[in-house]
Amino acid sequence: MSTEAIIRNYILENYLFTDDQSALNSTDSFLDKDILDSTGILEVIYFLEDEFGIKVEDTEMVPENLDSVNNIVSFIAKKRP
Amino acid sequence: MCGIAGILTLKDGVPPSRNELEGMIHAVQHRGPDGYGYYLSQRVGLAHARLSIIDLAGGDQPIHNEDQSVQVVFNGEIFNYVELTAQLKQQGHRFYTHSDTEVIVHLYEEYGEAFVDHLNGQFAIALWDSRSERLILARDRTGIRPLYTIESGGRLYFSSEVKSLFAHPAIPREINLTALSEVFTFWTTLPPHSLFESVEMIPPGHLQVIENGTMKLSRYWDWSYPNEQIDNRKSLADWSEELKALMIDSVRLQLRSDVPVGAYLSGGLDSSVLTSLIKNFTDTPLRTFSIGFEDEEFDESGFQQDLVDYLGTNHTHVLCKRSDIGAAFPRVISHTESAIVRTAPTPLMLLSGAVREAGYKVVLTGEGADEVFGGYDIFKEAKVRRFWSHAPDSEWRPLILQRLYPYLKHSPTTSGAFSKRFFQQGMEHLDKPFFAHIPRWATTQRILQFFSDEARAAINQAVDFETINRILPADIETWKPLNRDQYIEANTLLSGYLLSSQGDRVAMANSIEGRYPFLDHRVIEFAATLPSRYKIMGLNEKYLLKQTMQGLIPESIRKRSKQPYRAPDSQSFFHGEKPLDYVAYLFSEERIRKAGYYNPKTVSLLLKKCARGKALGFADNMAFVGILSSMLVDELFVEQASIDSQ
Repeated sequence: MSTEAIIRNYILENYLFTDDQSALNSTDSFLDKDILDSTGILEVIYFLEDEFGIKVEDTEMVPENLDSVNNIVSFIAKKRP
Repeated sequence: MCGIAGILTLKDGVPPSRNELEGMIHAVQHRGPDGYGYYLSQRVGLAHARLSIIDLAGGDQPIHNEDQSVQVVFNGEIFNYVELTAQLKQQGHRFYTHSDTEVIVHLYEEYGEAFVDHLNGQFAIALWDSRSERLILARDRTGIRPLYTIESGGRLYFSSEVKSLFAHPAIPREINLTALSEVFTFWTTLPPHSLFESVEMIPPGHLQVIENGTMKLSRYWDWSYPNEQIDNRKSLADWSEELKALMIDSVRLQLRSDVPVGAYLSGGLDSSVLTSLIKNFTDTPLRTFSIGFEDEEFDESGFQQDLVDYLGTNHTHVLCKRSDIGAAFPRVISHTESAIVRTAPTPLMLLSGAVREAGYKVVLTGEGADEVFGGYDIFKEAKVRRFWSHAPDSEWRPLILQRLYPYLKHSPTTSGAFSKRFFQQGMEHLDKPFFAHIPRWATTQRILQFFSDEARAAINQAVDFETINRILPADIETWKPLNRDQYIEANTLLSGYLLSSQGDRVAMANSIEGRYPFLDHRVIEFAATLPSRYKIMGLNEKYLLKQTMQGLIPESIRKRSKQPYRAPDSQSFFHGEKPLDYVAYLFSEERIRKAGYYNPKTVSLLLKKCARGKALGFADNMAFVGILSSMLVDELFVEQASIDSQ
């Protein structure tokens, strides 16, 4: 499965509680669309560290890296060796 | 403490019968296991289940006036009955008991509907005046004791608990989805809603008078904050001295009882204040009770032990495991008669069981101090958000958010730019009276996404934040910000949840009466005149109370930051990744479909997430507990089935 698919499915299943792919665009802002609450983003970070073997630094916890499926995909690509 | 129930025949209704009353009052036997009493006439039937606390030999109810034209059944305590009895005797009234109940009928003779203004206590009252054929239903100022009504078939039924109304075959059993949406926003239904269709609660601080075919609901007391200039001539020492005298008197009054009185110890400031005042200013022997948790995040045993050592109390500690919560939860819901979004009432039901086993019927608790003296994180959070709003683009102002929630394992302030965004929610509503509550309500409302399409269609009034305006005073927007926050907290979380699901209901489940010295109306009215800075100084909550208690409680407790009482939520309902049997049943596709409230697919994904231990945040945990508790309400009250949770 592609990185994008893994992340999309995770968000759909765990925050929108659906398998309907049309419920989420990969460019949708998690904040603007009210998809994640304040601790939800911490859960996402745990998931990313676990799934992709990366470590997210405090300074990297910003919307540019984590606020949409596409932003996360780019962030993972940068982080992985 | 007791349970009450009754039936009033309205225009063409059938006169009540003893048999009907027995059915209703037996349903609340846990509230009063020490005996029953009845009054029956053509128009009205009153029933009482008694928990004997004052005048053990002579206090059986109903109680009447001299010529028996006024009859009363009453649940609660009138703490100033000694003074009222003396005053009423001087006014010529003759008493035939030594109970606190009797002051009610004589006060009524003296003052009519205004009798309630003279009461310092916690009560739900049904008073019948046979001369004018008038029924008065009254509830205490802050909503400590419950009282519900329903009109059906030309009659008004009333009782301490809904299950007693349901014991009558004429009463329909249906969940009100608008009321459920209120719980999934404000943590409680808003008066007059109960969770059930057509069943209404008498709101706190209200009287309902039914006479000549009309019903009049009126408010006799409210949390109110003066707008005029606060007296700045008073020093902190003056305020402190006044508070100390008032609290000592409140504790003294609330220790009045013909049975021994114990106290809960949470390890926090409020219960420490009460136990210290009992120890230092009364001759009541100190017997204390506390709850602890295996999970370090929730446990306060160390602070509880500090106080036990400091005051030398005779103490009982109950350890609550996650599995205890899962096993006891269905019984909790049978008592709360409402959906709830936290499991926290459950350990308190286990604690009241330990109190009962120790041979006690009455405990003092610290509830109310946070609302009265400004103790909640939500007040501090709002203060920070208001501070931030003065310069929304500031980079450093929001840094102060990191001072909030140090006790949370997964704090909403630790996610950098995301936490800023979270606390920015509702900044555009700065002038709204509910500004402080927007982040909490927005998180809670995430539960609404689990409703089925059919449930959404059946909700006749969508619930949003503005719905709260139904219960707010007209001039609240002119009040100081902290006072607005306090008012909403007192009229939602306190009365509808802390004093109800987490208070009266889980104490009375084991026939235990809770008493609340911080909710003495004189204490509330005193604190309402305090300058805001003496409530929260900087970000130091309950400042005046802490100052007042210097030297009377351990410094480790006086100086610690408030840790709200919480308990493990979704984790309590799984063995490994396997849900408890009753949870699996209630979340099954078939059962969810049958109830019709929720979408089975989304609910199954939530269950899966919780089973994997991946539900870390408040939103998922509240959704899980909210859905489970509402399904239990459906199973226990609508379907009238029983649950085996062992």
